[in-house]
Amino acid sequence: MVKSRSEKIYQFVIASILILIGILCLFPMLYVVSVSLTPYEEYLRQSGVVLFPKKITFEAYRQFWKEPYVLRCFINTVLISTFGTALNIIATVLMAYPLSKRDLVFKKFFTIFALIPLLITGGMIPTYLIVKNTGLLNSLAALVIPTLITPYTLLITKSFFSSINGSLFESARIDGAGEFRVLCSIALPVSKPIIATIGLMYGVSHWNEYFSSLMYNSESTMRTLQVVLREMLNRANKMEADIAVPTRTLQMAGVIVSAVPIILVYPFLQKHFTQGIMLGAVKG
Amino acid sequence: MNDLFKNNVKRKKKLIKKIISQRALLLMLLPGVIFYIVYLYAPIFTGVIVSIKDYSTKAGILGSKFADPWFKNFKFFFNSPAFIPLLKNTFIISFSKLILGIPLAIVLAILLNECRSLKLKRAVQTLTYMPHFLSWVVIYGMCFILFSETNGLINDWIRSLTGSSIPVLTNPSMFRTMIIGTDIWKTTGWSAIIYLAAISGIDPQLYEAAHLDGCSHFKSIIYITLPSISSIIIITMILRCGTILNAGFDQIYVMYNEGVYSTVDIIDTWVFRTGFENFNLSLSSAVGLFKSVISFTLIFIVNKISNHYRGESLW
Repeated sequence: MVKSRSEKIYQFVIASILILIGILCLFPMLYVVSVSLTPYEEYLRQSGVVLFPKKITFEAYRQFWKEPYVLRCFINTVLISTFGTALNIIATVLMAYPLSKRDLVFKKFFTIFALIPLLITGGMIPTYLIVKNTGLLNSLAALVIPTLITPYTLLITKSFFSSINGSLFESARIDGAGEFRVLCSIALPVSKPIIATIGLMYGVSHWNEYFSSLMYNSESTMRTLQVVLREMLNRANKMEADIAVPTRTLQMAGVIVSAVPIILVYPFLQKHFTQGIMLGAVKG
Repeated sequence: MNDLFKNNVKRKKKLIKKIISQRALLLMLLPGVIFYIVYLYAPIFTGVIVSIKDYSTKAGILGSKFADPWFKNFKFFFNSPAFIPLLKNTFIISFSKLILGIPLAIVLAILLNECRSLKLKRAVQTLTYMPHFLSWVVIYGMCFILFSETNGLINDWIRSLTGSSIPVLTNPSMFRTMIIGTDIWKTTGWSAIIYLAAISGIDPQLYEAAHLDGCSHFKSIIYITLPSISSIIIITMILRCGTILNAGFDQIYVMYNEGVYSTVDIIDTWVFRTGFENFNLSLSSAVGLFKSVISFTLIFIVNKISNHYRGESLW
């Protein structure tokens, strides 16, 4: 099909708007990078506005790691984002797989049981009381166990398993394989998209964990990176003279350290999570 | 009578047989069910109990005395001067996010779909997803260097254009606009996924036929694209209406300060402060419960309405 002149103009307009939107999304991040790499003296001289630093330095990053509790809380965050996410995936898959079986006993009961918390939640304070009474306060477990399975994630995993051709499982069952074997050697290998999707969902919420840490873990060494960063950002605001105020460049280095790991991961899972989101949209 | 009894026994035997044959499946369900009971169901009941008691840490959930009268905590909240402003802020913020967010996401999805360059489309998609993965703390940090009156980039630009800066971070009404704006920045790309997926499911022959009939791009969008994705739009609307009382606690608690309470203090932030800063757990639970009941009712009503008029339902 030969492109007409008007078609070309149309595509040009669409492309321009899209590029503009792309820049709008990327620009704040780039600017933060730029500030974090600027030597502090230059930052002050330019009164804070440095689009392109003339000289770059990693001094702010070196400083950031030396800040109290940063390293410890970074390790906490890495631990819950890896082991925590693995636990989340295992627990979710284990519960979703039986629910996806058409002939499960009490299927209706279990399905409604899994659905209700999507509509009614206990709220912050009651959940806090339960976390407290189960002895999880001030531990890394408090950041993982109370959100072990999120109802929404469970439902999309369940609909994924339901969509897999059932005869695949049946033939394995007839061969005498137990349900665990069927799940591990037949269902899981074809479930990469959903594992990637829910892994990303859980992983992102762990990496960005803020409120669980704030509510459940008051001990300084048990917090997450986001809590430390937020405190660092606010310390400068309050201008308390006796505390060393972190410089703006230092804060921005913190922002980058807290944001980059997840930014590096998600593009690789992009083609999977689109499918996962769609599963969440279809009923069932 | 005897037959019925036999039938019953038979059915029970069959059920027991089925349970035994599915023991592996039931075993897999067990950890999840325990988790659900302890961390998702128990809080619901705890919330009801604590909200009609005068909770004290010493006595615990069951040992604390009942409030007198039992609705004391609810009454206190409804009569408190904070009630109306909180409700108002919650609705304004939530509604603005909904009204601006959904159409923008649809527009973005349509733009992406109209784009013929796959490379550009992919690149823009990746970029628009990025904000979704950033935490509110990170975005809070960005807001400083962009909007600060003394050394924010955007305020610097505005100052060089108009001669004066804008107090985005300190003026209550501007702060609210910023809360809504940053939320749209963060979520639009991600919410567009669902619409884009729906659009790409439309039969391309429809567009070809329309094109042959001399239909312009704009008309194709209005008469083909939008009607084809109307059901998904309605479903997302229903879901959002059920959460209309969630104006974005994660975001607002991280970003706000005492100076802007008047416009951005919402029910959830108030609940959090009452519970964790003033340690009135009963009052806080009561308000949480009130919110939960309203949300549940809303999603139920909206679903009924949509079911009645359009035949689109969540369940």
